[in-house]
Amino acid sequence: MAVLRVKFTKSKRDKLAQVLWILNWVSVLTGIILFGLGLFLKVEINKRWELMAERDVHYVPNMLIAVGLVACAINFLGGKICYDCVDSAKFLRWKLILLPYIVCTFFFTFSVLAGALLCYGMRGELEDALTLGLTQAMRFYKDTDTPGRCFLKRTVDLLQIEFQCCGNAGYRDWFYIQWVSNRYLDMSQKEVVDRLRSNVEGKYLVDGVPFSCCNTYSPRPCIQDQITNATAHYNYEPQTEELNLWMKGCRRALLDYYTNIMQSIGLTVLIAWLFELSVLMGVRYLQTSLENVLKQGDPDSESEGWLLENSFAETARSNLNIIKNLGKCNQIDTADNGDPNIDVPSPAPSTAHYGPDNVPPKEAAKES
Amino acid sequence: MVVMKMKFPFAKRVKLAQGLWLLSWLATVAGALTFTLGCILKTELRKRAEAMDNTEIHAVPNTLMVVGLASLAINYFAGRICQDALDATRFPRWKNMLKPYFGVACFFTALMLLAVIMSYAMKGNLEASLKIGLKNGIRFYKDTDTPGRCFQKQTIDRLQMDFQCCGNTDFKDWFEVQWISNRYLDFSSKEVKDRIKSNVDGRYLLDGVPFSCCNPSSPRPCIQYQLTNNTAHYNYEHQTEELNIYVRGCREALVNYYMGLMNTIGAGVLSFFLLQSSVLASLRLLQTSMEAVAGLENAEVETEGYLLEKGVKETIMEYVDPVLKFLMLNQVADGEEQAATA
Repeated sequence: MAVLRVKFTKSKRDKLAQVLWILNWVSVLTGIILFGLGLFLKVEINKRWELMAERDVHYVPNMLIAVGLVACAINFLGGKICYDCVDSAKFLRWKLILLPYIVCTFFFTFSVLAGALLCYGMRGELEDALTLGLTQAMRFYKDTDTPGRCFLKRTVDLLQIEFQCCGNAGYRDWFYIQWVSNRYLDMSQKEVVDRLRSNVEGKYLVDGVPFSCCNTYSPRPCIQDQITNATAHYNYEPQTEELNLWMKGCRRALLDYYTNIMQSIGLTVLIAWLFELSVLMGVRYLQTSLENVLKQGDPDSESEGWLLENSFAETARSNLNIIKNLGKCNQIDTADNGDPNIDVPSPAPSTAHYGPDNVPPKEAAKES
Repeated sequence: MVVMKMKFPFAKRVKLAQGLWLLSWLATVAGALTFTLGCILKTELRKRAEAMDNTEIHAVPNTLMVVGLASLAINYFAGRICQDALDATRFPRWKNMLKPYFGVACFFTALMLLAVIMSYAMKGNLEASLKIGLKNGIRFYKDTDTPGRCFQKQTIDRLQMDFQCCGNTDFKDWFEVQWISNRYLDFSSKEVKDRIKSNVDGRYLLDGVPFSCCNPSSPRPCIQYQLTNNTAHYNYEHQTEELNIYVRGCREALVNYYMGLMNTIGAGVLSFFLLQSSVLASLRLLQTSMEAVAGLENAEVETEGYLLEKGVKETIMEYVDPVLKFLMLNQVADGEEQAATA
C-alpha cells in the first residue's frame, strides 16, 4: 500500500523533470541566500564583539553558512540529475545514486529546520552575553588609558547615541559605577574627597550620566549631572521628566535589534526549508516513476510514482531491520564461546529441505 | 564645407551598425543610471533641507533626472534606427523624423554637459545657502515652543552628531547666541541676572555648547560649559584641547560632503556624456552613409558619410531659422491684421 501514489504519463514525467530542474536552480539561489544571511548575522554579531561577553553565539551564523553552502551543492547536483532524467537512457547513469541522494537530502532538510529553530532559540544566550558584556563595558568606560580598553568609551558612547538607549537596564546603572577617570578628578577638592569617602570601595559616584545618554528630542538643553536633584535645575522634576535622557536600556535595545534580525532570518530559513522539502518530494516521485518505467520495459508507457512503497509503519520496520542487520554482518553466532568449529545442531525442524529422508536409491538398484 | 567626411565600404557600414546597436544599449543603461544618480542626489539634499536657506542647488539633481529620462528615450530610438538602417525597405520611414530627432538629442546631450559643469560650479551657491540656513538653525535652537521652529533643536543636534561638527564656522558660534530658552532660566538667580545685564540685547550668553558638539572619541567625559575657563576644570587647557568637542564647523562639513557626492556623480555623468555623444555621432555617420545608398540598385557600394553637410555655424542657423520664423511669423501676421483693420 504505497503512500501518495500518482500516475505519470511520459509527457507528465518529462514536464516534472523539467520543472524540477528549474526548481533545483531556484533552490541553489535559496542556498546562496541562506549563506548570505548567515554571513550577515555573523558580521552583525562581530560588529559589537566588545559589548558581548564570551558566549557561544557564533554557532547559529556558522550553521547557517554551512547549511547554505551544502544546500547549494546538493541542489546543483539535483539540478543536473533532473536535467538528465528527461532522457531515460541518461537516467541509468544516475539510477544507483538517486536513492542515496534522496535519503541524504531528506536528512539535510532536518538540518535546515534545525537552523531555523536555532535562530529563534538563540535569544536567551544573546541576552546573557549582552548583560555581562554591557556591565563590563560600562565598568571600563573610564579606562581610556588602559591598552585594550581605550576605545570602550567611544564604543559605548556611539552605541548609546545610535540605539537611543542609556545604561544596561536604564540610566540609573551609571549611578553605581565610577565613569569619570581619576586622572580628571581634582583630589584636593573637598567635594571629590567627600564622594570618595562616601562609599566602601572608594569610588567617585555621581548621580550623573555621560553626554551620549542625552535625548535629542528634548525641548530643553540636556541635564546630565545632578539628575535626581530637583532643586539643582530650574523648572525640573526628575520623577516626571521623560524626554531629557533616553529611557530605554541598551540591553533591551540591542536585544530587540538582534531579535528582529533573527526572526526575519528564521522566517526566511523556514520558507527555504518548505521549498527544499517540496523539491525533494518532486525528485522522489520522479525517481520512483522512472524506476517503474524501467521495470515495465517500455520507456513511453505510463508508470506510477509514490513517496513510499509500503506504508509508513512497514517502511520504518524494514529500515530498522536493515540497520540492525548492518551491525551483524561481521558477527558470528556467539553460543559455545563463539568457536565456529563446534557443531551446533540447529533446532528442529531444519530449515533446509532436501527432500524426505527415506527415499530408496532407485537408480543405483537398477544399475546394480 | 563638410564636417568629418569618411568613406564607408559595405562591410564597414555593417560593422558600424552592429557596434552602434551595442553602444546604444549601453547608453540606455547609462541614461537609467544618470536618472538614478539624480534621484540619489535629490534625496540627500532633501534630507538636510532644513539646514539650507534656498533650494537653488536642487537644479543639479533636477537636470540630471530630466537628462536621464530623455537619454533613455534617445538611445532607445537610436537602437531602433540603427536596426532599420541596413534594411533598405524599413529605413525610409525614419527619414522625416531624423532632423528633429538629432536636434532634440543634441540639446539634451548639451544639457547633460551643463549638469556636470553645474555640479562643480554651484559650490559657492551651496556654501552661501548653508551659511544662512545654519545661522538661522543656531539662532532658533532654543525656540522649541514656537510653531514652525520646534524641530530646529532636534535637526541641529542630529546634524552635529552625524557630521561630527559644531556650530556654523566653528564652535565659537554658540557663544554668540542664546541657545538656552528663557523657560529654563531662573531669573531670580544672581548669575543669570548678571549675564543678561552683561550685553546690550539682554541675552543669556555663555561660553558653553550643546551636548551634540561632544566628541565620543575624547578620553575624558565631555566638557560642555565654561569652555574658555581653564580653572573651572581639573587638568584642562582650552587652547590645546582638541578632542573634547568637535572643532570642525558644520558648514565646512556639509559642503565637503555634498561636493564629494556631486564630484563623484559629475565624473560618472561626464563619462555617460562621452558615451552618448559617440552614439549620436555614429548614428549620424550611419544615417548619412545609408542615405547615399537609397535608390541605388547595388546596395553594397562604398559611400561617404559625414557629420554635418554644411559648416557648424550654417547648420545651427538651419535649426534656429524655423524657430525664429515661427516666432516672427506671428509678429508679421499681427502686423498684417493691424494694417488690414486700420
